[in-house]
Amino acid sequence: MRKSFISGNIAIAEGAITAGMRFFAGYPITPASDIMEYLAERLPEIGGVVTQFEDEIASINAVVGASWAGVKSMTATSGPGFSLMLEALGLAVITETPLVVVDVMRAGPSTGVPTKTSQSDVMQVRYGAHGDYVIPVFAPWSAQEAYDLTIKAFNVAESLRTPVILLSDAVIAHLWESVLLAEPGEVEVINRKKPSSPPDEYLPYKPDNDLVPPMATFGEGYNVIVESLIHDERGFYRQDREAYRNLVKRIVNKVLSRVDSLFEVEAYYGDDYKYLLVSFGSTARSALAAARILRKSGIKASLLRLKTLSPLKLETLRKYCDEAEKIFVVENNMGKLVHDVERAAENDKVISLPLLDLEIPEPKDIVEGVRKWL
Amino acid sequence: MVVSTLESSHPLDKYLRTARLPHIWCPGCGLGIALGSIMRAIDKRIKEGTLKKENLVFVTGIGCSARTSFYVNFDAAHTLHGRAIAFATGAKLAKPELEVIVIGGDGDIAGIGGNHLLHAAKRNMDLIVLMITNFVYAMTGGQVAPTTPLGLYTTTTPHGNPEPPLNVVKVVSSLNANYVARASVTHPALVEQYVYKALGMRGFRFIEILSTCPEIFGRHIGMRDPFTLYSTLRSKVIVKQSPSIEESDLDWGKGFVIGEYLVRDNPGYLDRIGRGLK
Ligand SMILES: Cc1ncc(C[n+]2csc(CCOP(=O)(O)OP(=O)(O)O)c2C)c(N)n1
Ligand code: SF4
Repeated sequence: MRKSFISGNIAIAEGAITAGMRFFAGYPITPASDIMEYLAERLPEIGGVVTQFEDEIASINAVVGASWAGVKSMTATSGPGFSLMLEALGLAVITETPLVVVDVMRAGPSTGVPTKTSQSDVMQVRYGAHGDYVIPVFAPWSAQEAYDLTIKAFNVAESLRTPVILLSDAVIAHLWESVLLAEPGEVEVINRKKPSSPPDEYLPYKPDNDLVPPMATFGEGYNVIVESLIHDERGFYRQDREAYRNLVKRIVNKVLSRVDSLFEVEAYYGDDYKYLLVSFGSTARSALAAARILRKSGIKASLLRLKTLSPLKLETLRKYCDEAEKIFVVENNMGKLVHDVERAAENDKVISLPLLDLEIPEPKDIVEGVRKWL
Repeated sequence: MVVSTLESSHPLDKYLRTARLPHIWCPGCGLGIALGSIMRAIDKRIKEGTLKKENLVFVTGIGCSARTSFYVNFDAAHTLHGRAIAFATGAKLAKPELEVIVIGGDGDIAGIGGNHLLHAAKRNMDLIVLMITNFVYAMTGGQVAPTTPLGLYTTTTPHGNPEPPLNVVKVVSSLNANYVARASVTHPALVEQYVYKALGMRGFRFIEILSTCPEIFGRHIGMRDPFTLYSTLRSKVIVKQSPSIEESDLDWGKGFVIGEYLVRDNPGYLDRIGRGLK
């Protein structure tokens, strides 16, 4: 390990390099651009490619193509660009293409306030594309975690053959912290599994018992089929209900069945509490400070921080919520994650604290918000 | 009487996913002629050892023309409407030894995908793009396309198309492509010849292939019979050795000049980023 003083965005770029990413396509957008700028410098030195495309649509489609050419690939953007990527995100889902999309959130709707932070993409990253699907979403709260979760995002993408979202925000992007970076061999790096059958017996969408099909890629002699239509195990278009259900249920279940390893939370002051703050990303830093302030004044508050926003393990959330008298969902938007917490807890216990700030929320705003209900 | 099994194999079967036949194309559609000619060019390259079958990747978007990726027995990607060039660019950049061919309708390539076409040509990206011009949005049932003639009835221009057609050959020629040609399914040998040539080049290679859609475009212009449409198109095609861009307009009145509009050997994008092979 080596210690490095870097920003959250650079941590994402370094995490991707550690994970083996060698193709990056992107289109400039604040506050994500410096991920591409940093990689444009670094990646060619280690045999990779960075290309700025004509738009975000091209970027993500190129990333899907590059992944099918056998190279771990990534793109990074912010809310407006992510909106443009949604159709191809669905393409990555149905073709079971491993890739990582970074969304560094900024304030919206529309062009919003490009330079200011937000957590308002919680729904679009999980549900934005048409069709039925579930994809993993990880939300770091520090530069170190941006690095670690980027590696995890690639490992999950490769082992499950799915797109994975890294959901950061403008605060994490440009906050500088010491980060421990791994040397090769110091962290686990997972690569997609390859077929063991010869090309003439290979079925590109036939899953193993783990619901994930081995992946042959371009140029390996397997005559692979990348198919955006509903398809059977051969990759042939089918319009019958059986094939439709088989495929959609499998791509949903391959993610849901891993919820235990995908869903990560961290509890602070979690031994004895009456009030539970639930938060994620940069806002969780303020929520932690708020919990500390509340405790100092004798109010038993604790923080549950979600590192994973999809898939959620409601049982785990419920376990923490059951212990609390009141649950405050603290997020920098108009109230989005609160709907999930409401599903996990008894409804009348859950209070939404939507901060809708443009900076990292101030702990005192959270403290005040909590006090109102005591 | 003993009926012997019908011997139905074809010399190009080895390049086709015969398990997926019969294809979905209408009787009399020009797409089969286009695909056959493309396959013959590939066959020639493979036989002479200048192309490896396993390196060939077919990338298509969505549309009747894009369905070619169903039937080719190579690595094949049937992606999103308009996005084939972007997907193909990513694949080629990631693995330069691939020979990546994009096939699509004019709506797919020059309509919804127009920005990707412009930028791939501007980059001189090492790809072959074959655009099938059938003058209409065929797969979706006959709406106006970028190449639809001025004034024509389509299902979304019932009072006549108010827009003159897009001359994609001219657009791409104005950029940094290494090869720009126009062919027609009425002259299959030239389709084969141009694709064969493009396969031996680097950089961005663009071939527009005029094709017949009797089912829909034919109906719009009152030539529902495939033979009538085909012979009419054939009568309007003018073959030239080195045509000038000035005569490249898509004009049903003056006729369609086909030929090689642009041939050059500038460094491709991969050469410029130090990943070139040729
Ligand atoms: C984003 C999106 N918009 C619209 C469509 C519907 N659509 C499918 S094919 C097509 C046009 C086909 O025309 P063209 O590309 O010229 O190909 P052709 O069928 O004529 O060969 C359209 C509009 C789609 N699949 N995706
Ligand atoms: S609709 Fe037209 S282009 Fe499509 S298959 Fe039929 S004839 Fe061919």
